[in-house]
Amino acid sequence: MSTLRGKVHRLGANVDTDVIIPARYLNTTDPAELAKHCLEDLDPTFPLRVQQGDIIVADENFGSGSSREHAPVAIRACGVACVVASTFARIFFRNSINVGLPIVECREIVDASEEGDELEVDLATGTVRNLTKGVTASAVPFPDFMRHIIEAGGLVPYLHDKLAGSNSGSNSGSNSGPFGATNGGRDGIRAEGNEVDLLHD
Amino acid sequence: MSTASYFLHGRTITEKILARASGTERVRPGDLVMAKVSLAMANDITAPMAIDAFKKIGVDKVWDRDRIALVPSHFVPAKDIASASLGMRMRSFARDQEITHFYEVGRAGIEHILLPEDGLVAPGDVIIGADSHSCTYGALGCFSTGVGSTDLAGVLATGEIWLRVPETLRIVYSGEPGRWVVGKDMILKVISEIGDDGALYMAMEHTGDTITRLSMESRLTLTNMAIEGGAKSGIVPPDDVTVAYVKRRQEIHGRQRPFDRLVSDPDARYARTLHIDVAALEPMVAQPSLPSRAVPVSEVEGQEVDQVFIGSCTNARMEDLRTAAAMLNGKKAHPRIRLIVIPATQDLYQQALHEGLIQIFADAGASVAAGVCGPCLGGYMGVLGPGERCLSTSNRNYRGRMGHRDADVWLANPAVAAATAITGRITHPESIEVLV
Repeated sequence: MSTLRGKVHRLGANVDTDVIIPARYLNTTDPAELAKHCLEDLDPTFPLRVQQGDIIVADENFGSGSSREHAPVAIRACGVACVVASTFARIFFRNSINVGLPIVECREIVDASEEGDELEVDLATGTVRNLTKGVTASAVPFPDFMRHIIEAGGLVPYLHDKLAGSNSGSNSGSNSGPFGATNGGRDGIRAEGNEVDLLHD
Repeated sequence: MSTASYFLHGRTITEKILARASGTERVRPGDLVMAKVSLAMANDITAPMAIDAFKKIGVDKVWDRDRIALVPSHFVPAKDIASASLGMRMRSFARDQEITHFYEVGRAGIEHILLPEDGLVAPGDVIIGADSHSCTYGALGCFSTGVGSTDLAGVLATGEIWLRVPETLRIVYSGEPGRWVVGKDMILKVISEIGDDGALYMAMEHTGDTITRLSMESRLTLTNMAIEGGAKSGIVPPDDVTVAYVKRRQEIHGRQRPFDRLVSDPDARYARTLHIDVAALEPMVAQPSLPSRAVPVSEVEGQEVDQVFIGSCTNARMEDLRTAAAMLNGKKAHPRIRLIVIPATQDLYQQALHEGLIQIFADAGASVAAGVCGPCLGGYMGVLGPGERCLSTSNRNYRGRMGHRDADVWLANPAVAAATAITGRITHPESIEVLV
């Protein structure tokens, strides 16, 4: 499961979320319906050609623009196993982790890859191989905290595990100022590599 | 938290806000923090997915019904049955959860213009919106960023969000803007300099002598387009203009609450500083199909277009409407041009009505609507067909953004848009005689 192998669809820079899933399809949240139109404004044949397990490889700023989570949902639903890009736009990056679409930042592999190449991505180690070109490189690693969300299968299952049974139902309607309560002196919230507690203890 | 922490040096306003919201003394760029959220927002497109995710998290109630705004803005009044169903899902959730700030169609508007006008945003806040242009609120001196629906669901459940503390790109604007230069031209100039991902993961901090004289409307346009430079947030450190605006909006809507004025330390560390000579700036026009392809209007003058759109969260405030109306007063849109004008909120529509602006637009042959994103995102109201060309005051001219993948979009300020509507070709506003 953690090693993916698939055929490359090679895209350029600034592939924005409008082109991934145009607004005319945002009147639905059904993944199967969104998948039918994935990337069609960039290449109308893409939704027809894409095969289960294929890998999108793209240059800088993949997923720029609109925050629509329909974009990573459409990519995953049309069968794409992973997106490898030089850089990702930040909202798309978060959304992909949250909905369980594997994404990998690895410029060296992007630069080496062409349409139709065979790629292998080891999500556990972050090693990416272009089997066609014989190039191996390491992806930019995720912080531990994000890895836990990824391993849980996304933010919803992660929060579900943390919150289930501890619902305080604080639908308070309070009028206190925005900073009436702080997180308290939780040390170690930042230092590199340290885990961040998502919730109060 | 001790007040002593505010006297630490070398911090940007964004670092100070995020440190406070996460209960820590000091944060540095690259740190991951859990921040307490002051206000969470979703619209009719992002809320339904967020609501589904929220229900799966397994809590019954939202964290604070007073700190959530649900705003129908994109496909309203419902453009089709599917959109009507999205609206129903949002409405039913708002009712079940007794959400205080649910805005109904006809009393709502584009969220990024509506919420500051409604007195819900104040300096020092942390605002998280399920819409990429949620960076807009930073014009009021708060930290504000866009997220997807699942992140928003996490906020609805917990009132917190994990954030990576951004590096800051400081932009120093100097000089007096020319008659036709506004915030839109300043931010298009910035994006043309840094590129579409030039501020990726960063905060954009807008400073300099030009900013101190800049209206709140133009400041909101500056921060609105932070995302088009790849930024996480845009921010204008609060000053007297901010305080006067926020106090007035709070007063009008009876929402008085205390706020303070965090600003960057003089020795704050920036990833990069960019200087913009505003006095030398011409109105800017972004050519298809990237905002970074912005050039002075003189370089694209004469380009024929089929449609002109004045509206969107970027440029549909009173300043924008007044400027466009001053240009169009007593004139007609070119016979070949479809002119669409959409004031951002119901309140702004009413104000424009009282000031006679709506009459001017209607007399000019414009199609006028109110309180909706409209053609900006190509889903509804003024969608472009194959090969059509539009000049728009909105924020994105990506391929397919406003309709067909082979349609072309130019981005500009409201004065350029109005001048272009009159001549049918991209036009410098200086060549139009304005009745005063």
